[in-house]
Amino acid sequence: MSLRNATIDVRRATSQIGSVSPVISIRHLSKTYARGQTALRDVSLDIRRGEIFALLGPNGAGKTTLINIVCGIVTPSAGRVEADGHDIIRAYRAARSLIGLVPQELTIGFHESVLATVSFSRGLFGKAPDPAYVEKLLRDLSLWDRRNSQIMTLSGGMKRRVMIAKALSHEPQILFLDEPTAGVDVELRRDMWQLVRKLRAAGTTIILTTHYLEEAEEMADRVGVINKGELILLEDKKTLMRQLGKKRLTLVLGVPLAEIPARLGAHPLTLSADRRELVYAYGGNGAEANIAQLLADIAEAGVVVKDLRTDESSLEDIFVNLIRRGP
Amino acid sequence: MTAGLNLHAIRAIYTYEMARTARTLLQSIVSPVLSTSLYFVVFGSAIGSRISHVGGVSYGAFIVPGLIMLGLLTQSIANASFGIYFPRFVGTIYEVLSAPVSAVEIVTAYVGAAATKSVLLGLITLATATLFVSVHVLHPVWMIAFLVLTSITFSMFGFVIGIWADSFEKLQLIPLLIVTPLTFLGGSFYSINMLPPLWRGITLFNPVVYLISGFRWSFYGISDVNVAISLGMTLVFLSACLGLVVWIFKTGYRLKT
Repeated sequence: MSLRNATIDVRRATSQIGSVSPVISIRHLSKTYARGQTALRDVSLDIRRGEIFALLGPNGAGKTTLINIVCGIVTPSAGRVEADGHDIIRAYRAARSLIGLVPQELTIGFHESVLATVSFSRGLFGKAPDPAYVEKLLRDLSLWDRRNSQIMTLSGGMKRRVMIAKALSHEPQILFLDEPTAGVDVELRRDMWQLVRKLRAAGTTIILTTHYLEEAEEMADRVGVINKGELILLEDKKTLMRQLGKKRLTLVLGVPLAEIPARLGAHPLTLSADRRELVYAYGGNGAEANIAQLLADIAEAGVVVKDLRTDESSLEDIFVNLIRRGP
Repeated sequence: MTAGLNLHAIRAIYTYEMARTARTLLQSIVSPVLSTSLYFVVFGSAIGSRISHVGGVSYGAFIVPGLIMLGLLTQSIANASFGIYFPRFVGTIYEVLSAPVSAVEIVTAYVGAAATKSVLLGLITLATATLFVSVHVLHPVWMIAFLVLTSITFSMFGFVIGIWADSFEKLQLIPLLIVTPLTFLGGSFYSINMLPPLWRGITLFNPVVYLISGFRWSFYGISDVNVAISLGMTLVFLSACLGLVVWIFKTGYRLKT
């Protein structure tokens, strides 16, 4: 897919989902900081209710600025954002009470206990104390046994869990996870994925930014790619993988070939340098492959195949290709 | 959240700040009490024994309101400035900024907690003073009123400093270089009537003079300046701090980028 097509996809996707009452609606959002750095350029985006949306982009692309504007931490230069129909500036109370944020950095007080800091967050968001809910939350995050521990005594992974508990303490409908699994071990990452899925099953909309593209590939329903402040791609993950994902069928030959037989000329085949493999590239832009015809032609050409394997480009490959093209 | 006011948030911030005091009890309470006692030993006993009475009050008793005010001013500023600066410094301010909390609620909670601590400290200092000298409070209601008003005013001033400061050095700058000298020169340990006329005139430009004078009047009925002017100056300073806080939240100065 060319960059132009990707841009068109952003417009199409935005206009299509405009009619289904998005839980977050972002229109023509721009941000230029006082020192002159433009972090966002005319970003329009709808987040669907109940979805897991992955926002991808390299460092400094504008992901955190976008999240911080929606959450009320950064003031936009232009544009409008609504959370469930509430303008984030004019109706900030209603908007913010719907949103939970787990920031990228481990910004957390160190001296208070786990229970105290989570209860503090709940109160801050205007919720009356609910010991039963807080207990359940802490149990779900395996923090209950450490509820009276000072945060400074916890491991990095446990602190990350506390950050999530704080963000969920007021039962938000929308959860922003800014690089949630950065620096956590594999086990904790899996736990968090499980938690995110549980939240989604309970109806929470989740927007996550991540550098671990396997995370987006594993969890997201839709993917947005932001680069240099512009949203350059917005697509359902499956569609994206289908349209942009390249597949490759490698046929390991029983007998090396001097050249590709003329009978196979109709197929996009390449012969490896050692002449022991035939590589058939297909997929991308939704193109269908004709594997059956290829295999029939190979048999008729008398080519001996002793093994075969397939590879599929990952979201990471797609992402890297998009970013390389630039906005 | 009740309509119009996020009381849970006010309570959460207030409780959090008060818990910080409990965690740092030595720094918050014991240290000021100890320094007050030292002031009494040095000024009350050592020097005070050579000064018999000021305005009909023993020197030891005379300095009590000034000492309370000295602690009140420095602690109000220190508590409130640290209370808001530290979350900015470590980044936890994000939570307050992203919460459904208004500027009024944030200020009420932070300043309320800092002022509460200062009032408690003032009362503890007063109790400590009674161990050294006999103290009589002539106008207890006015004494409490001055105590509370001054605590709120300087806690608000501390809040402004905590927002303005972008380093721990700046956090200490105004309290150390401006507030403490003004307090010492504002009649904490003497009556400004004891000064030569020229210095007395210059001293009247020091706003702390009015605070200490009014506060001392509530104890002994004696004052360097008219008590109504003292009250008026306190309210003027409170209004100025309030105006600054309103401007900070309106512009997002040093809070939002």
